[in-house]
Amino acid sequence: MITKDQKPIVEIKNLYKSYHRESLVVPVLYDITFDIADGEFLALMGPSGSGKTTLLNLIAGIDKVDEGTIHVGDIDITNLSETELAAWRANSVGFIFQFYNLIPVLKAVENVELPLHLTTLSKNQRREHAEMALSMVGLGHRMDHYPGEMSGGEQQRVAIARAIVTDPTILVADEPTGDLDRVSAEEILSMMERLNRDMGKTIIMVTHDPRAAQRAGVMRHLDKGYLNHDAAQNPF
Amino acid sequence: MMLLKILFRNAFHNKLRSFLTILGIAVAILAFGLLRTVVSSFYAGVEAASTSRLVTRNAISIIFPLPISYTEKIRQVEGVKRVSYGNWFGGVYINEKNFFPNFCVEPRTYFELYPEFVVEEKQKKSFLADRKGAVAGKKLANKYGWKVGDNITLKGMIYPGNWDFVLRAIYTGRDNTVDETQFFFHWAYLNEAIKKVMPSMADQVGFYMIGVNRPDTAAETAIAIDKMFKNSLAETLTETEKAFNLGFIAMSEAIVTAIQMVSFVVIFIIMAVVANTMAMTTRERTGDYAILKTLGFGARDITILIFGEALVITLTGGLIGIALTFPAARAFGQQMSTYFPVFLVSAQTIYMDVIAAFLIAFLAAIIPTRHAIRIRIADGLRRIG
Repeated sequence: MITKDQKPIVEIKNLYKSYHRESLVVPVLYDITFDIADGEFLALMGPSGSGKTTLLNLIAGIDKVDEGTIHVGDIDITNLSETELAAWRANSVGFIFQFYNLIPVLKAVENVELPLHLTTLSKNQRREHAEMALSMVGLGHRMDHYPGEMSGGEQQRVAIARAIVTDPTILVADEPTGDLDRVSAEEILSMMERLNRDMGKTIIMVTHDPRAAQRAGVMRHLDKGYLNHDAAQNPF
Repeated sequence: MMLLKILFRNAFHNKLRSFLTILGIAVAILAFGLLRTVVSSFYAGVEAASTSRLVTRNAISIIFPLPISYTEKIRQVEGVKRVSYGNWFGGVYINEKNFFPNFCVEPRTYFELYPEFVVEEKQKKSFLADRKGAVAGKKLANKYGWKVGDNITLKGMIYPGNWDFVLRAIYTGRDNTVDETQFFFHWAYLNEAIKKVMPSMADQVGFYMIGVNRPDTAAETAIAIDKMFKNSLAETLTETEKAFNLGFIAMSEAIVTAIQMVSFVVIFIIMAVVANTMAMTTRERTGDYAILKTLGFGARDITILIFGEALVITLTGGLIGIALTFPAARAFGQQMSTYFPVFLVSAQTIYMDVIAAFLIAFLAAIIPTRHAIRIRIADGLRRIG
């Protein structure tokens, strides 16, 4: 929810999206309009197939809208070419996925370092940043471990370190606790909460888990591609 | 740098699959190299042929002889420097299994014409002085354990009977392209013997070997020789030694073509195998590539990863295959020395091996790369989990 003194970091206007399966057109999102404030922790909720992951992908610039605009900061990302979008994502978006999506052949520290290879940082600077990010998520002792040697919770913490290492404008998280046990899920949510509260990170999280949504400051509901405009400040 | 790290680790991530693919490529490159070497060994005689030598034979066919009386007439032709002659003897040692090329030649001029057959001076003198003397190539002598001074009996298949020789010299090749499996003896020895039993076959030769003064006028010299014997009882056909040797290969052209085709089929099969491996690998890594694209890496980076991985695998297999080609060719050459006296892996074969390895990698990676680049990030991410 945007209050008078908050400026939006994301502005979505009249957004439509549908998928094409051969000759079949499957509408997914209808006329979505809402803003996300800078420093907001938003939970996007809704049943399976409601379009929440599609909306997240559009905000993160990994999919293209059919109609409408998405401004992130001062940039209308719907007007960017594929190459411009890739560069924008590298600078402005941190990604956290349900299945962690780490590169299995890279060590934890190398996975975190990966997005920094698209920056102008030197080798030593890259390594320093990656080690710092891993230390922030409490994995300073697991830097040289491969994803396959770590628990799900640890892998997700590596993914969070990778997401924050470039200091992005927004963090997007798609069911970040969906593959974790309760204890690990709580750890991850606490970590995201701290990132939002202490570091002022704007987080957009897709979840269908009410317990996870409780940690967000704002909840919005999608149902069959429509945004429920009654969504408001988290009652919890 | 990080891409290279991913590329190399990806290439050997699935150890069993990588090992089997590399093994397949190594065997294919080895087979390709050996088959190409077989093909080039067919042409070894052509490659070794001198541009300053002509061969004159009966115009009807090589199996028809020419009279010895042509020698002096040929010597008179302008441009001719030296004339020698000989016959294919076609004898076997003990039995038919021990076959090797054996010729009776006019020894003095023949060895002058063939400086690539290196014979010790003392042995050469001894050979020239003994009408029953013979010269064998080093490989041939080693094969049968012959030493200078040994008595050797050949069984004549064209000229019946047992023919006794004394090995007076062993020649070595000037370089490794020279055939060291041949056996030579005096034409006069054969001629004298058959004069008694088959007088109609006496005083005849199977071919004349002619040394010319200038290789650039060899064609004119050849024409002049053939013109001289036009409308005679035994018309001649004179050609360069290279053309003469090519004529023999033409008889086996179908075999050579078949071997060449098989060598390319081998490469095609392994190309399909590697393409299949790369397709499987890329499909498994669709999620990884989607993540890289999500993080901001572009089509160029994905292309480097997939092509690089294919290259690492094929070049590893290719290098192992090339390394194995040399000992395999040596063993093959020793076993088949009767048929392939010069069996050497040429530089051209190695270049073709390397080109084949690059080609396999390139063609195997095209479709998986195209697929990985074109797949939408959202679709790629959906494959994970």
